Amino acid sequence: MFDAAFVSQELLPALNRGLLVSIALIVPSGLLGFIGGILLGCVRAFGSPWARRLGDAYTSIIRGVPLAVQLMMIYFALPKVGIYFEPYGASLISFILCNSAYQSEYIRGALLSIRQGQIKAAQALGMDSLQTIVWIVIPQAARRALPGCGNEIIYLIKYSSLAYLVTCMELMGEGKVVASDTFRFTEVFLAVGAYYLVMVTLATWLLRWLEKRFYIPGFGAR
Amino acid sequence: MSETVAQLSKKTGASPVLQVAHLSKKLGGKPILQDCSLTLNRGELKVLIGPSGAGKSTLLQCINCLIPPDEGKILLEGRALNVADRRALCAFRAQVGMIFQDFNLFDHLTAEENVAIALRKVRGMNRQDAQRRAQEELGRVGMSRRAGLYPAQLSGGQKQRVAIARALAMDPKVILLDEPTSALDPELVGEVLAVIKDLARGGMTMLMATHQMDFARALAHEILFMEQGIIIEQGAPDVLLAEGSATRTRDFCKHLLEMGA
Repeated sequence: MFDAAFVSQELLPALNRGLLVSIALIVPSGLLGFIGGILLGCVRAFGSPWARRLGDAYTSIIRGVPLAVQLMMIYFALPKVGIYFEPYGASLISFILCNSAYQSEYIRGALLSIRQGQIKAAQALGMDSLQTIVWIVIPQAARRALPGCGNEIIYLIKYSSLAYLVTCMELMGEGKVVASDTFRFTEVFLAVGAYYLVMVTLATWLLRWLEKRFYIPGFGAR
Repeated sequence: MSETVAQLSKKTGASPVLQVAHLSKKLGGKPILQDCSLTLNRGELKVLIGPSGAGKSTLLQCINCLIPPDEGKILLEGRALNVADRRALCAFRAQVGMIFQDFNLFDHLTAEENVAIALRKVRGMNRQDAQRRAQEELGRVGMSRRAGLYPAQLSGGQKQRVAIARALAMDPKVILLDEPTSALDPELVGEVLAVIKDLARGGMTMLMATHQMDFARALAHEILFMEQGIIIEQGAPDVLLAEGSATRTRDFCKHLLEMGA
């Protein structure tokens, strides 16, 4: 019972509209989350004891509370203290905060995996701490963190669907509206699933390409 | 051991490059180094021997403050190092080469980049000059043809030669070598020792911890024997290792020989 008119005139236009919003959520929160993750990861690996504790506390809270709850807090609770976000802004902020907390964990692990000997060697050559981190530790840590961080981006693509909870009309939200209007839940959500599958597949290819592009002998298999 | 630095240098009468006076270090309340003093004159090779755990490695790493010493003075060409001044410390380290037992090459850089990076970032050289200098130094240790390879693609001996080139490129006034051949397969020891021999003949000032007694006997100007964090014997190899000399050094070497090392 494939209804071509429904699919081409109702479903696909709505989903495409939602897809654009989804992409507008995923790309900036992926990039900013990654940068935030690097900063937070560096602080948690190399910061002063207090900075470390602060970073650890932030990460525990973000990782310990469901993303849906965080989203609700940002959208519904913050206005009570006078901070207002529209649905798109609230979702974006929440995804960036969440993404950087998770990314920081991968990056912290990668930073700590760099052998102490190489840090000593850099210092023995006269490099200061900042030079050592920028030129020796981060280039290696980034390569080691890439598979984990890529995994987090894949998660992000899918948890971006939670934005519909705060009425941000992205892919999931548009799908839900069409489904409730037409009661064609099966077709709609099969299509929505396919959209996410395509996005994840493209992201996987991109990440593989990145891994190959930055491949160096001794850092994982080609 | 209680002589002052001035007395130490007066006694030898030569021009001291590196002077270390009364260096002490405790870790977890346990003394690792106790009142270690030594002087390296220009062109001298001194060899540090002793059982494992004697503090040889700690002493070498305290000299360029990779492990900050608790007490003691370090002088490079007569100028005292102020450990608290980070910039002075970096400048000091740039003039003191260090070779590690496990090479510690930067895994993400090719052999050439390993040598060039400190030239660029610490000495402020531009990319071309640093590359040219790196090529020169790699040629000196016989690694020109492998300049484009990464550490994971090199054998242990090759890695150690790149590490030596990396230290040499900084024009160090003195090189500290921490058991440079201990992590190598026996058949690779020779190629690294050959490079170090060349350096010694070329007049490089070096302080080397090693178990290679033949090497020490043939090339060292002086042997320092360490045990439990103390330099207990110090002298020319012919004297310390002479037939019939009842030195602790000779005992230790005989023991090494019996163990088949």
